[in-house]
Amino acid sequence: MTATDASSFPTPRTDPGPAYVSRATLQPSPPPASTVGPWAWMRTHLFTGPVNIALTIVIALLLAWAIPPLLRFLVIDAIWTGQNREACIYTPDRTVVGACWAFVTDRAAYFTYGSYPMAERWRVNVFFALLAIGVVWLLNLKAPRRDIGGIYFFVVLPIVSYILLVGAPWLGLRTVETNLWGGILVTIVCSAVGIVVSLPLGIILALGRRSTMPAAKLFSVIFIEFVRGVPLITVLFMASVMLPLFVPYEFQPDKLLRALIGIALFAAAYMAEVVRAGLQALPRGQYEGAMAMGLSYWQMMGLVILPQALKITIPNIVNTYIGLFKDTTLVVIVGIFDFLKTIEAARIDPTWGAPTVSATGYVYAAVFYFICCYLMSSYARGVEARLARADKR
Amino acid sequence: MKKNMFVSAAFGVAAALIAGTAQAGTLDSVKQKGFLQCGSNTGLAGFGQPDAQGNWTGLDVEFCRAISSAIFNDPTKVKFTPLSAKDRFTALQSGEVDVLVRNTTWTISRDTSLGLNFTGVNYYDGQGFMVRKNLKVASALELNGASVCVQQGTTTELNLADYFRANKLQLKSVTFATSDETLKAYEAGRCDAFTTDASGLYAERLRLAQPDEHIVLPEIISKEPLGPAVRHGDDQWFDIVKWVLFAQLNAEELGVDSKNVDQMLKSDNPDIKRLLGTEGKFGEGLGLSNDWAYRVIKLVGNYGESFERTVGQGSPLKIKRGLNALWNKGGLQYAPPIR
Repeated sequence: MTATDASSFPTPRTDPGPAYVSRATLQPSPPPASTVGPWAWMRTHLFTGPVNIALTIVIALLLAWAIPPLLRFLVIDAIWTGQNREACIYTPDRTVVGACWAFVTDRAAYFTYGSYPMAERWRVNVFFALLAIGVVWLLNLKAPRRDIGGIYFFVVLPIVSYILLVGAPWLGLRTVETNLWGGILVTIVCSAVGIVVSLPLGIILALGRRSTMPAAKLFSVIFIEFVRGVPLITVLFMASVMLPLFVPYEFQPDKLLRALIGIALFAAAYMAEVVRAGLQALPRGQYEGAMAMGLSYWQMMGLVILPQALKITIPNIVNTYIGLFKDTTLVVIVGIFDFLKTIEAARIDPTWGAPTVSATGYVYAAVFYFICCYLMSSYARGVEARLARADKR
Repeated sequence: MKKNMFVSAAFGVAAALIAGTAQAGTLDSVKQKGFLQCGSNTGLAGFGQPDAQGNWTGLDVEFCRAISSAIFNDPTKVKFTPLSAKDRFTALQSGEVDVLVRNTTWTISRDTSLGLNFTGVNYYDGQGFMVRKNLKVASALELNGASVCVQQGTTTELNLADYFRANKLQLKSVTFATSDETLKAYEAGRCDAFTTDASGLYAERLRLAQPDEHIVLPEIISKEPLGPAVRHGDDQWFDIVKWVLFAQLNAEELGVDSKNVDQMLKSDNPDIKRLLGTEGKFGEGLGLSNDWAYRVIKLVGNYGESFERTVGQGSPLKIKRGLNALWNKGGLQYAPPIR
């Protein structure tokens, strides 16, 4: 476009100026066709060189090979409704059977609540809702009054949840023994307790390990090394089988409580080492600077050292959390029915004895664990990005 | 496995020493707690598994409910402790559970050095074979040269080798780590036959794409008498658990079931009178009330009812009574009389 014809512009200017001065801003010409659009994107990302081209082709073939059968199994041939195995077995009219989602919908309540009494399951729902509110309140930076949110999450929620889930006869909530708990409820309770308890405990242990006080240091080192040196299943097994040998029935702590304590202490030991790595990564100058300003030990840690150390270790902390979340399946060793175990127990039920039932159950478990872990890691990525802004200035 | 046995045995001795002094009266402690703590399976089709509502069901589970009915007149006063195969004995020895009803095979080593008492056999199991119908095999003795899919490291694998050697048959065993893999391999045609405990064969067959194209052969090549077990050192408790099963068996033999038990209270048959406690004071001898057996039959049912409901014709497994039929119907279930 050449905008030199002045008469075509309704310009009010009386003085047209020199003829070689353009009367209007030139429209920018579009970028060359080779640098925009999907083709250009593909050229710069997928087909830059022989290696890249080969990789792209291999991956595309891999996807083409894997996705259609997966889709066919999970969606197209899947069976969505049914009452029992009849829905998911091969018949002369149905020679292809995909995922048996009817099994999952039939047993969804069991996968969520375990054997929690039917009439009391609303209490679990309320607990899930309260927990969700707490998590959103605490993790969403734009939420109002996050200080109250903190009190709610760390003080009110545990007490209310305990009353709700265990029961309180004086409130008209009948007691539900923990041996009836199961499914997602147990998985969430175990990981929530582990996650909430392990970080503060881990920080204290890490500080203890780097402390100059011999007693604190010795205790922390022994605790961390001992717990890390023993497999979690051993701790759980000892707690559930050895304890009854020495402690009379009336004084035995609840089985789930024993497992919760085991998991929390276990996670704390690992968390301590993660936090210690962060503490060690800080240059000495930070400590010396804080001390030179006359800060006390706790001020130094709380205002200068820990904020930096925890920031560095966020990927590792979340890593530990995700590991912990998945490790909660080990409570099955002591006969507690976590989410995965409820699937295990339901899939062998002859009522649902059909070829694809087991696979469907496992797919459901995989999806659940993936969603939970992915949410955790993507939130952590967001936090990292937000904190990294300070470094980019 | 061997090491496990040793550890368990050592445990048993230690537990027996402690238990011997501290836990003389299991019945008293159960009554005091207000519920029966029953060691159960973590999930075995037909024997102990949770249903859609999360309630435990199965033959072993119903037996725990029967004991609870005899003691408390309430089948629901049971807490189930799901136990894995390796910690079941430790749990019983340590007192974590009052009774172990978890498809446990009665063997001499368990009965003696592990410090257990088996109170009877509530299911006669044994290892069996499943083959394709189109193989046209009617007996396990025709399996010469056949390849057999079996789970490795189990007694099943050993029994299989023993049976083939004893009958001078050629065996090609194909082993797998888990039962799922074993079944998949059999279905994929890697082997001609599939072997595991007969009760399990029926459950596994349901998972095949075409269950009707496979049959379970009649031969049972090993003895697996499954029964409830209690600790050494408490004879009263041993008697109670033993006679709850006998009461269920006697009830079936006498034609008393959960539906007609109330009419049967008026029966003139002295055997029924003694069973239901309208005559004699047999319950007192057990430390229970005299209507103990009435409660069991009323609230849970006789052995046949329980069997059909959990593993028999009333269940998807559809296992035939076979060895578990009453002695007068060609089976092995025989209970001493109540008198």
